[in-house]
Amino acid sequence: MPRVGLFIPCYIDQFYPQVGLASWRLLRRLGIEVEFPEEQTCCGQPMANSGCAECTRPLAEKFLRIFGKYDYVVAPSGSCVSMVRNHYAQWLSGREGFDHLRANTFELCEYLVDVARVSKIDGDFPCKVGLHMSCHGLRELRLARSSELMVKPFNKVRFLLGQLRGIEIVELTRPDECCGFGGTFAVNEEAVSCLMGRDRLADHERAGAEIITGFDTSCLMHLEGLIRREKKPLRVMHVAEILEQARLS
Amino acid sequence: MIGHAEKAAPFAANEKRAHWHDQALWFVRLKRDRQAESIPEWEELRQTASAIKAHTLSRIADYLEEFERNATNNRIQVHWACDAAEHNAIVHKILADRGITRLVKSKSMLTEECHLNPYLEARGIEVTDTDLGERIVQLRHEPPSHIVLPAIHLKKEDIGELFHKELGTQAGASDPKYLTEAARGHLRQKFMAAQAGLTGVNFAVAETGGFVVCTNEGNADMGTSLPRVHIACMGFEKLVPRSKDLAVFLRLLARSATGQPVTSYTTHFHGPVRGGELHIVIVDNGRSTILGQETFRRSLSCIRCGACMNTCPVFRRSGGYSYGYTIPGPIGSLLAPLRDPKNFASLPFASSLCGSCSDVCPVKIDLHHELYAFRQDMVRGKRVPLAKRLAMAGMSYVLAQTWAYRLAGGLMRGIVPRMPRALVYGPWNPWGRQRELPPMPRHSARGLIQRDLTQKGAK
Ligand code: SF4
Repeated sequence: MPRVGLFIPCYIDQFYPQVGLASWRLLRRLGIEVEFPEEQTCCGQPMANSGCAECTRPLAEKFLRIFGKYDYVVAPSGSCVSMVRNHYAQWLSGREGFDHLRANTFELCEYLVDVARVSKIDGDFPCKVGLHMSCHGLRELRLARSSELMVKPFNKVRFLLGQLRGIEIVELTRPDECCGFGGTFAVNEEAVSCLMGRDRLADHERAGAEIITGFDTSCLMHLEGLIRREKKPLRVMHVAEILEQARLS
Repeated sequence: MIGHAEKAAPFAANEKRAHWHDQALWFVRLKRDRQAESIPEWEELRQTASAIKAHTLSRIADYLEEFERNATNNRIQVHWACDAAEHNAIVHKILADRGITRLVKSKSMLTEECHLNPYLEARGIEVTDTDLGERIVQLRHEPPSHIVLPAIHLKKEDIGELFHKELGTQAGASDPKYLTEAARGHLRQKFMAAQAGLTGVNFAVAETGGFVVCTNEGNADMGTSLPRVHIACMGFEKLVPRSKDLAVFLRLLARSATGQPVTSYTTHFHGPVRGGELHIVIVDNGRSTILGQETFRRSLSCIRCGACMNTCPVFRRSGGYSYGYTIPGPIGSLLAPLRDPKNFASLPFASSLCGSCSDVCPVKIDLHHELYAFRQDMVRGKRVPLAKRLAMAGMSYVLAQTWAYRLAGGLMRGIVPRMPRALVYGPWNPWGRQRELPPMPRHSARGLIQRDLTQKGAK
């Protein structure tokens, strides 16, 4: 039985604990031997995103120290996984255990589909759901085909959600436009960031979504911030929160 | 120099106009999608184009010499310019030596980059841009706001007003057909009177010593067949080795740029018109410095299709002028600071790093990863404000110590909900200007997971 280390990104840990808990329960209910190493904090993305390479180094090293020993590392966040997979080499290349860590760190949906080979989802979710395809999961991890690429369409997240009874995944006019979160971009370029976010919300509203879901809570936090300020009748939920109710096999 | 964010904010604040701009460009992106979809081997084409460019750049000196030899054999006069000043001086000398005072130009981003127009105008030469969009911005004394669609920031009413003032069209007229006709008549006179034509170059072919110019209006063809003297200006990266490489690039260019299968006019030049002269000016202007930088070398593969601008969610909502450089958008956010890191330090940050640009780029430049890498250069060069660098260092320190992180998180969640709203949402909180802060729950995820574990244990 492989040992799985669960990484809960800092902002989920602090602001959206229910997402962390749902990811934890989801994996446990699949019968996976999952651990939550208490020492973990953050993957270092805010610093890396701001160009502060030297400030990122201790966090990359910490991550390897904590998670290097697991067979798999799973995180309910596309962008943190992309950090490990696509950017950590700058600090960790050549370190013992890094190649293993990089090859075995997965975003939650990706892990369910590609590693745990979940093929059947048994559950109800009778809601109209807008699926927000966060950019890093989409274009850095290729959880789905991005609309720019002319390859055969696929979408691992939709594959999971789509099996729930009663769910209606609404069709957006721009299926994978960025919501404008972008890490520090959200505050550096506040005006453009918020306009991008409002435009995404409008697309989901037009399509009739009641709930916006996704695999990156950071984007959902930005969208929810706009929703709550403008008192819109929309809700955000992480994919893990939706799947947690169902039986996966 | 004011940064991108400051210039973008007023553009985004005019939401109606920003949405109009966004839609206009998104429409072009969708046209591109439809064209790209129609080619089963699209991704293979991109891969091939990318490989051809990488190869050419790796042996650029050899190919340039080959091009010069073959071009000279074609009776094309080849000039070399190390920078913008030399480029402008060469063009001016060609014109001045022949007593030429009236020049028509088709679209050339290189001459924009070199600021050729004001240089020539200051020396008594009348320069007319003949691409309709370029002519519009020229009449407004503005630079283009987009490399393929220079006047995309303007509505037809703006153009009607401009033409009324400059070309004497009816006041209040904004019918595109009427306005285009008026521009045509106006440009025809300029073509007839021109003594020389200047064009850009889309592709130059080393093996033949010829080059290709793509337009949709045929203005390059008018401008080079009526006057006796044709000057073509190109950055050295426009080179491809063989004629057959054009079969790759021409299929990608128009589809990526405007969503057309091919530009209306694709003209191959292999020598001067009868009794005329053909000059080509090959320009470096900082390109060889970029070529020497491994991380950013690939940005020289750019074929200036503009697709990264059309797809960029930031560009669409901030407009070309917010970048402050001839080439805006994702590729401009690399090229501008590569040339002048001090004045364009904010551009690598003017991106959410969504990666749409890299996926759309027909030559597969890894635009968003290069932007990400460039941010580190900016921090190393201390071109990011000290306050920001210190904030990051502080954050890094806290996050690196589990106890400090837990303490800080707990305090924040405990205190913020008890603070008066006015204090939380003051002007010092850019997140909260238009957005609510995230919820501040009592328990952290680790707390909930611990509880779940002990409960399970008890059962
Ligand atoms: S970077 Fe790529 S997409 Fe952007 S203009 Fe150049 S070739 Fe086109």
